[in-house]
Amino acid sequence: MPLAEVVTIGQYVPGNSFLHRMDPRVKLLISLFFLVLLFFENKICGYLFFLLILFVLVKASGISLKYLFKGLRPILFLILFTLVAQGLFSGEGRILFSWGIVTVSDIGVWKAFFMSMRLAMLVFVTTLLTLVTSPIDLTDGMDRMLSFLAYLRFPIHEIAMMMTIALRFIPTLLDETDKIIKAQISRGAPLDRGNIFKRLKALISVFIPLFVSAFRRADELAQAMESRCYKGGVGRTRMKEMKLSWLDLGGTLISLAIGGCALLFNFLPYWFL
Amino acid sequence: MRIEVKNVTFFYGQGLPWEKKALDNVSLMIEEGEFVGLIGETGSGKSTLVQLLNGLLKPYSGEVLIDGVNIFKDRSILSKVRFNIGLIFQFPEQQLFAETVFDDVAFGPRNLGLEPEEVAHRVEEALLKVGLNPIYFGSRSPFSLSGGEKRLVAIAGVLAIKPKVLILDEPTAGLDPKGKKEILARLQLLHKKEKATILMVTHDMDEVATLAEKIYILKEGRVALWGKPEEVFSQPELLEALGLSLPSLPKLLFSLKQCGFNLPTAVFDLKEASRLIKEELSRASG
Repeated sequence: MPLAEVVTIGQYVPGNSFLHRMDPRVKLLISLFFLVLLFFENKICGYLFFLLILFVLVKASGISLKYLFKGLRPILFLILFTLVAQGLFSGEGRILFSWGIVTVSDIGVWKAFFMSMRLAMLVFVTTLLTLVTSPIDLTDGMDRMLSFLAYLRFPIHEIAMMMTIALRFIPTLLDETDKIIKAQISRGAPLDRGNIFKRLKALISVFIPLFVSAFRRADELAQAMESRCYKGGVGRTRMKEMKLSWLDLGGTLISLAIGGCALLFNFLPYWFL
Repeated sequence: MRIEVKNVTFFYGQGLPWEKKALDNVSLMIEEGEFVGLIGETGSGKSTLVQLLNGLLKPYSGEVLIDGVNIFKDRSILSKVRFNIGLIFQFPEQQLFAETVFDDVAFGPRNLGLEPEEVAHRVEEALLKVGLNPIYFGSRSPFSLSGGEKRLVAIAGVLAIKPKVLILDEPTAGLDPKGKKEILARLQLLHKKEKATILMVTHDMDEVATLAEKIYILKEGRVALWGKPEEVFSQPELLEALGLSLPSLPKLLFSLKQCGFNLPTAVFDLKEASRLIKEELSRASG
């Protein structure tokens, strides 16, 4: 399977849903709002509510759930680790079960559930954000939102441009890595067989050409930017002006309402989970 | 060594929003000692097909048989296939990585686990085959060479494995006319002298017209037309319908034919063509 099909984080899926059409600044702020809310949630039903909302959003965006879940795969290990570490080794609260160094307590299980749930939702929300917003829009949005920092002599435009370029080149470099790996395997490089040391050594034959081409690309890009008279952020105008629309206002209000509801769950009696 | 592709279908990004059928029920056959040309527009599935032949990609359905054995049957067959089929990718010079030309060309033979003397012998042989002097080039850095020389070194790197079949994906792309000529001449020599089995992917009609003994034309992931060059290029109307043009000589002959001259179109040798035109002219005036 080509590398670009394994790594889905940061991938943009073009579409025309209302999630795609919203202003990137609003999308960024709403995502941030949800992420913060996640950490205030302390009821299981609150998380289920969040899951429901996310499900509705994914359906509305037209992206397949299967594809979104693929984005979770790289951090599955991290989530499992959190689950095991919290669930089996924290001795807080009433101990339910104990065997050697393993102690399962009620608070431990509770924490394990919440921590892994938070991690998973964190990735879901951010993946959804990048799936419906092109990297260029995303960094443009950040650039605009943080442009006040320029008054403090902080090079916000330059940093946003660097991020745009970095994001833009992820798929390109993945394709290139894929191609180089295949070429070296064709020359018998033990990249997919043999012991770990042999494999690591063979990686040199992948990394050197990759770096050489990355530098070559950087050089070409610099020349192309120079020849278009790029000189940084000062006085630069935009082809696409960002404008807030009624859609953005509606989205913000609905998100605030959802956030309020989610917080209300916290005030439910404890037996409500 | 005989390669047979049977009813192969392949998808990119299966189950993803951008799923694309790259190959659709493709079959082809490469006999031992044959020089086969594979033509098609960008995106017609040429490069995908080539990667199936040495097991880098696995077909969704269909079989790739080498001497009658399915290469995906088990891993040991697959790794043997990798050394028997030398695949040279597009812009192979981008894969050079070692400090010296010698070490780079030696990468393949060393992966085969050969003795140092045998490795040195093979490197020398491979460099000579592509027309580079091992004494002069061997100790130089591959990054200090010209574009054409780099590509020759990369090709030598695959030849040093001594594959039984050589597959080249657009070996002349991006080279100047001199570099193109050099590479094509080397390939012809390999084919004629060493009886090498070669599959060359290209979208240059002139290249295959003179070199290939059999031609496959891919269009949107399907084999649209195949046969001997004489057969393929004697159907100019069909080629045009496929969005392809004739090689330059047949093109000239075809336009003369349309003007009323009685000439064959599938001629690829310049001298032969001029002789035919001269005869026809004297017949027409006489």
